[in-house]
Amino acid sequence: MQALYAQLLVGLINGSFYALLSLGLAVIFGMLNIINFAHGAVYMMGAFCAYFLLNVMGIGYWPALIIAPIAVGIFGMILERTMLQWLSGLDHLYGLLLTFGLALIIQGVFQNYFGSSGLPYAIPSELQGGLNLGFMFLPIYRGWVVVFSLIVCIATWYLIEKTRLGANLRAATENPTLVRAFGINVPRMITLTYGLGVGLAALAGVLSAPINQVRPLMGADLIIVVFAVVVIGGMGSIMGSIITGFALGVIEGLTKYFYPEASNTVVFVLMVLVLLVKPTGLTGRATT
Amino acid sequence: MTNRISALLLGTALVFGACSAVLAQDKTIKIGVLTDNSGLYSDLGGAGSTLAAQMAVEDSGLAAKGWKIDIVSADHQNKPDIAVNTARQWIDVDKVDIFMDVLNSGVALAVNNLVKEKNAIMINTGAASSDLTNAQCSPNTIHWVYDTYMLANSTGQALVKAGGDSWYFLTADYAFGHALERDTSAVVLKSGGKVIGTVRHPLNTADFSSFLLQAQASKAKIVGMANAGGDTTNTIKQASEFGIVAGGQKLAGLLLFITDVHSLGLKVAQGLSFTETFYWDLNDGTRAFSKRFSERTKSKAMPSMVQAGVYSGLIHYFKALEAMGGNSHDGIKIVEKMKSMPTDDPLFGKGSIRADGRKLHPAYLFEVKKPSESKGPWDYYKLIGTTPGEQAFRPLSESVCALVKK
Repeated sequence: MQALYAQLLVGLINGSFYALLSLGLAVIFGMLNIINFAHGAVYMMGAFCAYFLLNVMGIGYWPALIIAPIAVGIFGMILERTMLQWLSGLDHLYGLLLTFGLALIIQGVFQNYFGSSGLPYAIPSELQGGLNLGFMFLPIYRGWVVVFSLIVCIATWYLIEKTRLGANLRAATENPTLVRAFGINVPRMITLTYGLGVGLAALAGVLSAPINQVRPLMGADLIIVVFAVVVIGGMGSIMGSIITGFALGVIEGLTKYFYPEASNTVVFVLMVLVLLVKPTGLTGRATT
Repeated sequence: MTNRISALLLGTALVFGACSAVLAQDKTIKIGVLTDNSGLYSDLGGAGSTLAAQMAVEDSGLAAKGWKIDIVSADHQNKPDIAVNTARQWIDVDKVDIFMDVLNSGVALAVNNLVKEKNAIMINTGAASSDLTNAQCSPNTIHWVYDTYMLANSTGQALVKAGGDSWYFLTADYAFGHALERDTSAVVLKSGGKVIGTVRHPLNTADFSSFLLQAQASKAKIVGMANAGGDTTNTIKQASEFGIVAGGQKLAGLLLFITDVHSLGLKVAQGLSFTETFYWDLNDGTRAFSKRFSERTKSKAMPSMVQAGVYSGLIHYFKALEAMGGNSHDGIKIVEKMKSMPTDDPLFGKGSIRADGRKLHPAYLFEVKKPSESKGPWDYYKLIGTTPGEQAFRPLSESVCALVKK
């Protein structure tokens, strides 16, 4: 039974990465209608950014938590301005192919220069060590990841669903022409939203740098699972993707305990089941 | 009349004989480096293996003697089906004579069958499964650098002797992991230890915390990592996070490469002990080669034992072809010739190739240095034990290979 608690907690930790990443995807899909396959690549860029800040400029983990998402977010906004914006109004497939191609290029470039085994990034000294919870040894850093990503998720949800800025944004996706008529700069808003989604991915990258090796393929390994999370949660649903992210982390954690061989597959089995029963995802609305 | 016919026959025979003599003098060689160029094993094989092959061609001096040698390279993406398709095309269309590297045991076993069917040659320097020279042995395959039996034998025995008598395995769930776990379990049991449990994780797993918790709960003295590459580095990194070593358990890296240690950094990797058959800083010969190698790589990396094996294997292959006077493109014959000649090169020293295709050379037990002991980049290992080649690998008496006469 104790082992089970431990697995639940571990699942929650992985779930926080899924939640952060799928949240960014959901924001981008919900607001821009782009299936952002470059999400894994920008997640990886976030981790690399943290690595460079530390090893080239001597800037530690805490500032990196802010600087890296902003830097990568700006990179995302440039992508949006120069490439993605030309695809608005076209079929989803075009955005998907473009971002997929971008992801391959970005990963290829990083792999060319840094190889595949990755670079080390230490846990910040304040968060080293662990707590003995009785049923398991919880590394403090992992606890921090859960708490911090929960806060970020809820803040993002609040920003989009409850503030005036969020309301404008949602209105702009529903009817851009009308919103423009109110004097709101819709293209700029779209760019900022893409930057926000990409920044969230980069933030997850910084969070994961001390846990995983900083590797060019770290995002490619994760992105497919995260897409499954988004599909299960309902494309574009903010709350849906947060909840599904955490829930799937837990389910995957339990699978690792009861039948580890299937731990890579369980998410996709769930995805198939959900699609068969409720094609719009658990919290998704049918598009009209 | 009969005289004229016999003269004619003699003449034809002479012409044909001359033709086949010309064929035997064929001095073209095509080398195929089939490896992981983009995935989790690309640092320990990949472009470095192709570079090692180029260096072997240059150092052999065969070009000056009129030989024409080409190297092709392809990414098998760690997928046996892609590897076999590429290999088939290489043999049928591109006339590749010899396959080098072929890391990943799943890939290697698949290519092994094809190479045998087509009478080509494989010098495998990257895959670990000892089945390549045992149940699946082939007259066309030489297993050059290391194998699961040798790793288990050397590292496993040393750790049990040092008091690590209860084991828990974290195993990569494919041919290689299974073979490594099986061979190590056998050594542990034989040395008087016991295996408490095992958990099998999918290849290329990012998060090991679930598995590590299970290993921790087992209270085994040794957590044996029967995985490789990125899987191993992630396990080691996360094990330190979960306090596995601090809690009194010891991690055993059953297969670790210098590129893994480099990527982990000495702070995390220090104290790990494991077995390799090549290290750049062993002697003058290895240092000289590694320096030249490193200068030609983008990241200035030292060669892994897989890459060193590509060089060493090709040097021996060239020697055999030179002794035969030309390339007959007959895989079995050339491999037989290679087996009959002793091996000798600056990287692995003197050695030999057994009837089952197993290349013999010493196995070294290394321990990773503390950061304070390291004099600079890539100065990572302390040599703590050497097993001679004859004792390091599976004895022929235990072999089930059909090529071994009993």
